[in-house]
Amino acid sequence: MRYDVVVIGAGPGGSVAAKTCAEKGLSVLLVEKRQEIGAPVRCAEGIGKKDLERFVEPKKKFIAAEVVGAKIYAPDGTEITLTEEMAGNEVGYVLERKVFDRYLAKLAANAGADVMVKTSAVGMEKKDGGVKVKLRRMGEEFEVECSIVIGADGVESRVGKWAGIDTTLKLDEIESCVQYLMTGIDFDPEYCHFWFGNKIAPGGYVWLFPKGNSSANVGVGVMPSLAKKPPKDFLDEFVERNYGKGRIVEVVAGAVPVKGEIETAVADNVMLVGDAARHADPITGGGIANAMKAGYYAGVTAAEAIEKGDCSAKTLRKYDERWKNDFGKDLAKKRKIQQKLVKMDDETLNKIMHTLAECRLEEISVRAILKALIKKHPKLLWDLKDFII
Amino acid sequence: MAKKVVVNRYRCAYCGACVAVCKFNANELVETFLVIDEEKCNGCGICVKVCPMNALEVVS
Repeated sequence: MRYDVVVIGAGPGGSVAAKTCAEKGLSVLLVEKRQEIGAPVRCAEGIGKKDLERFVEPKKKFIAAEVVGAKIYAPDGTEITLTEEMAGNEVGYVLERKVFDRYLAKLAANAGADVMVKTSAVGMEKKDGGVKVKLRRMGEEFEVECSIVIGADGVESRVGKWAGIDTTLKLDEIESCVQYLMTGIDFDPEYCHFWFGNKIAPGGYVWLFPKGNSSANVGVGVMPSLAKKPPKDFLDEFVERNYGKGRIVEVVAGAVPVKGEIETAVADNVMLVGDAARHADPITGGGIANAMKAGYYAGVTAAEAIEKGDCSAKTLRKYDERWKNDFGKDLAKKRKIQQKLVKMDDETLNKIMHTLAECRLEEISVRAILKALIKKHPKLLWDLKDFII
Repeated sequence: MAKKVVVNRYRCAYCGACVAVCKFNANELVETFLVIDEEKCNGCGICVKVCPMNALEVVS
């Protein structure tokens, strides 16, 4: 078997990559190791409306809820409300990933991509200027040749390592997360909710994302370098304290890479997209939007490289250029801010939130708020000024 | 005695966090279950710290 492109992993990044390749006229195989695309879920399922609509028409079947903004709670309970635009790339729609991921994979298939599920990539090697990918499908091993491999194989990515891109994460470059889908709980369904504090979520936050009908994803992410116990313990305590009467109908575990911008997501014949390329937002943890953008850029770049007959790292660098210009700088900036945020004690977090609460957030820009913050707490944020002014 | 990491399959929620932090590539999420390669694992325990479900343990 031979394809122009093999995409490994059928999450949003992989499916958009496969769809883009197919639309550009390439032969493409989309491989998913799980037997069900989209399950088990490893996601809080939030995405900004514009980010989603850039790639797909929103459909009721994969949108569980819509929100108008975010409510953020300081350790002392101080509350601030952000509009959708200000809340970043994770707030707007709350998806039903099980349905959404399958929908995207079907779009790729309809565009002409071949799809294989319950099929794992178990290795790859260079061959005649291309790549030989070893696959295992229901116990049977076989090989597929291609010109380009797009590694969309998630936080646990192997493709990058095979290609010589070291993607191993340190304990302060990852958020360890647990989430319950809860039902029968009371909350304001117009907003996604975020709680900060070193006692409830060291190096991360607790979230509640509405999913309709008094159901919500309630989860916690912590930074393992700072947390003294596993996130499940933090979540159980939070739920017990706040939503003790709710029922848990699903358990979700996951890890979010928060390393920020990596130097390169490219090697000879290989491009990494989404969590595999550590594309998730280091502050919000949101990863769907950037994964889809990266998938699109990887698809476009693959088509150009194959047209040119040159799939070397040098040619594929155009992909690095594209994702870095779009959101790479933002990842780098957010990483710096996050490194500052995770070191703040609760008293400092409270102070910042009090300042924010005094601003009329609807009327002024994020930049203006940050300027006000720096003016009020110069010492605290001085070394961040270059990033935000 | 050499140290190694063992997984409690009844706790593991197959998220892949442990795979992402292992520089020895000892942990692997095969489809939806975790496999730890005893040959590659040196029992450093970094994966134990990242596990959201407290499903991993270093044993001798």
